[in-house]
Amino acid sequence: MSLDKEKIKHVAKLARISVDDAKVESLTKDLNSIFKFIEQLNELNTDKVEPLTSILNQSLRSRKDEISDGKIREKVLKNSPKENEEFFVVPKVVE
Amino acid sequence: MSDITNQSLNEIIENVKTKKVSSTDLTKAYIKNIESAKKLNAFVTTTFDQALDKAKQFDNKPNFDQLLPGIPLAVKDLFCTENTKTTAGSNILNNFIPSYESTVTKNLWNNGSFLLGKLNCDEFAMGSSNETSHYGNVINPVGDQLVPGGSSGGSSSALAADLTPATIGTDTGGSIRQPASFTGTVGLKPTYGLCSRWGIVAFASSLDQAGPMTKTIKDCAIMLESMSGFDEKDSTSINKKKEQYSKNLKDNIKGLKIGIPKEYRVDNMPKEVDELWEKGKKILKDLGAQLINISLPHTKYALPTYYIVAPAEASSNLARYDGVRYGYRSKQGKDLIEMYEKTRSEGFGDEVKRRILIGTYVLSSGYYDAYYLKAQKVRQLIKKDFDDSFTKIDAILTPSTPSSAFKIGEKTNDPVSMYLNDIFTVPVNLAGLPALSMPAGVDKQGYPLGLQLIGKALDEQKILNIGYAFEKNCGFKNEIKKWWS
Repeated sequence: MSLDKEKIKHVAKLARISVDDAKVESLTKDLNSIFKFIEQLNELNTDKVEPLTSILNQSLRSRKDEISDGKIREKVLKNSPKENEEFFVVPKVVE
Repeated sequence: MSDITNQSLNEIIENVKTKKVSSTDLTKAYIKNIESAKKLNAFVTTTFDQALDKAKQFDNKPNFDQLLPGIPLAVKDLFCTENTKTTAGSNILNNFIPSYESTVTKNLWNNGSFLLGKLNCDEFAMGSSNETSHYGNVINPVGDQLVPGGSSGGSSSALAADLTPATIGTDTGGSIRQPASFTGTVGLKPTYGLCSRWGIVAFASSLDQAGPMTKTIKDCAIMLESMSGFDEKDSTSINKKKEQYSKNLKDNIKGLKIGIPKEYRVDNMPKEVDELWEKGKKILKDLGAQLINISLPHTKYALPTYYIVAPAEASSNLARYDGVRYGYRSKQGKDLIEMYEKTRSEGFGDEVKRRILIGTYVLSSGYYDAYYLKAQKVRQLIKKDFDDSFTKIDAILTPSTPSSAFKIGEKTNDPVSMYLNDIFTVPVNLAGLPALSMPAGVDKQGYPLGLQLIGKALDEQKILNIGYAFEKNCGFKNEIKKWWS
């Protein structure tokens, strides 16, 4: 399989990263060499292998569904690049 | 007293306890070292005033019964520290000041230590040379053109240069053990789930583990004891009793069975790495351990598997950096989508973008089975290799890295050649096992090389014991000239 420039632009769109046309060339080269390396896995027959979904020999714990925290709006908003008192502010979404 | 900063953590603790040095004088000694070591670029942030306050508080009301009494510690800038900037080596977090403390750093502070500063690292811990950091390359104290390893490169550099008595890093594919090997220091990646991941900037959640980086094995045991433990805020934290690794450290390894995997001898490996491995085997054999040849047949597939699993998880984890709630936001972007795209393009560096794109691609519709599902299956086979071997052995001995520290810029143009550096460390992360890198010798250029001990899950005490016995009989001494000050 090889990745072409169009495909890379599409994946970049999915990942919400804008990529300059100037950079697409080198990115295509790098990603293709990485995928060539990754595709060594195709040598292995894994038809009868169960996928490993957790490395731990324990299932996820459950907890009581109750509030353990709260009333920290100021702390939560403290690091926002742009805030308006009680809200996170983003560029206009609805006309 | 002679220079206290070149002593081991254990010796320093003894000196504090016997009042040969105050916490304040100790802290001042490290601050002096740090200020004269700016060339190494190991620190992103220093917290000297705060550290001196804490030291003074300790000296006024000392509690010597703690594990880390009055000890200043610098930590990797991937651990969130309350009210102290935490960047993860990235531009996208260049102004992020957490309002909470990571569990492992909180554990360290609860044992009497305090923060000296935040250490440089590869951006989001993605790198093997510390060259992907937004805050510049870190220099290896071993030589002024050498990388300190990565991603915990600021940690290994600061430790080897006596800028902190011990430190902590994170290890997703070798990020503690490879820099330890490159700087002649000790690094341990614990069993997945032993140290809480809560409050650590996430890279690949099924692989990430925090662990100690120290000058000696005893120091490593002390730090692990302090930082580990169950945490209900981490859903994959293992609920078990805390171990006393330092108290239980023993150097008798008679009768232990050490596995030697034939797959860890790779093409183009320098002769010295092989010779050092032989030396390590001989030392353990002379101490009464039994060497057993084993096979881990899927070893060569570990790195390709890792480069599907880790980027896939990273692409999900890093989706949170959108310029809305915290971190960097681009000034460009007319609408919401464009603001996201510009923020992420300007905020992330090239290696992080590469990995997000790989991850997005392997998880995208139509490719999931071919890549991600395939990788999960091969991961099962890699884990099974270890499970099968550990029915007949106690631990595994391998080289830590296929080479010693390389020059800055030597591998930056070829991502795959950079990735190959982690060939011996990655399998352990995929299988969730503990592994220790310990200094063992030098190559013909005089650069340090490490050997790796891999244990069964939760068998940290045993690999620390083997390392302890090895260290006493290896005769390695890290001789670093302070050329930078």
